[in-house]
Amino acid sequence: MSLNPNYTKYHPKWYRKRIPIFWWMQKWAYTKFILRELTSLAVAFYAVVLLLQIRALAQGPEAYANFLNWLKTPVSIVLHGVALLFVLFHSITWFNLSPKALVFRLGKKRIPDALIAGSNYAAWVVFSAAIVWMILTI
Amino acid sequence: MPEKISLEVLRYRPEEEAEPVYQSYEVPFRKDWVILDAINYIKDNIDGTLSYRWSCRMGVCGSCGMMVNGTPVLTCATFLEKYLPGPIRVEPLDNFPVVRDLVIEMTDFMEKLKRVQPWIVREEEKPLSEGEYLQTPVELEDYKQFSMCINCMLCYSACPVYGLEPTFIGPAAIAIAQRYNLDNRDQGNQQRLEILSEDDGIFECTLVGECSAVCPKDVDPAGAIQRFKVAATANWWKSLLMPWGNK
Ligand code: SF4
Ligand code: FES
Repeated sequence: MSLNPNYTKYHPKWYRKRIPIFWWMQKWAYTKFILRELTSLAVAFYAVVLLLQIRALAQGPEAYANFLNWLKTPVSIVLHGVALLFVLFHSITWFNLSPKALVFRLGKKRIPDALIAGSNYAAWVVFSAAIVWMILTI
Repeated sequence: MPEKISLEVLRYRPEEEAEPVYQSYEVPFRKDWVILDAINYIKDNIDGTLSYRWSCRMGVCGSCGMMVNGTPVLTCATFLEKYLPGPIRVEPLDNFPVVRDLVIEMTDFMEKLKRVQPWIVREEEKPLSEGEYLQTPVELEDYKQFSMCINCMLCYSACPVYGLEPTFIGPAAIAIAQRYNLDNRDQGNQQRLEILSEDDGIFECTLVGECSAVCPKDVDPAGAIQRFKVAATANWWKSLLMPWGNK
């Protein structure tokens, strides 16, 4: 509420419902939203792993081998599995939301939402394929 | 088909009780009745002290919004049948102070609405003798969706950001700002963008998306907000990279 709007200043007692801490458990839509926000932790996790890898690379072959060994531990594999699920959820929900933010027009026609979301997915596939190709050939 | 259905209605009588209570009413079940019909039945036949707002009965005045089983709806456009076998819980709109029973206080929304300058802004008015500002159907199409808003405030009720951060200017006010921004007769774009880029503006929105899900008029306020974010960000980059370009 804005503070004391003039003509309601002396209004009798209002009742205000307090919002419970676990408000986001009350509706699946809210829970999904909180999950989507939490997925950013998984994105951060990937970024940290990448930084550690670069550091290991800079420290020389031995450090790098140690790093690769860590990647093979069950803890790391489980962490990666969970992070992958979260990142997939993150990407898919954001791609589906992209038509809300981007409205383009071609002449008189609005470009359909499916095409805008679709181009995100297409870019995703192309980049992933490029990375797979790089790993397999180089 | 049942003969009766029961409604659990939130009652708040500030002169009698400090906390609201629920009161149960049995009303006849009819296939062609909406929630508002049932409430009107209570008022006319069972309990004349129940307070609530309504007017048009046809989803255009926007005054009959209430929480029904926890979701904000227009009670004149929501059938009893959907909630069989009941009971149906009816409460005042969430996130607003309750004045009495199902009546909420909406001054906050009215002030926010005014802040976005919801009218056609012109740098210079052309004289009456030059006639009206013309517009093609395609130009109308640009903003028509956002002009459908009936100020029912269901979107504010569905928005957890507004609930937690009541200074947030909120979904409908932003959608309505967009309605004027996208109108080719309007020149208030920059002013509105500045108002909406303030701390309690568009960037408070974390895109929960429930405002658009509950909107009875398919206004899509969530979409309006995201488009504003893109515009505000583009504007920021522009003023950073080309400071001389700003008037
Ligand atoms: S945007 Fe939709 S839900 Fe919000 S006030 Fe307007 S009509 Fe109601
Ligand atoms: S009574 Fe007017 S919108 Fe429901």
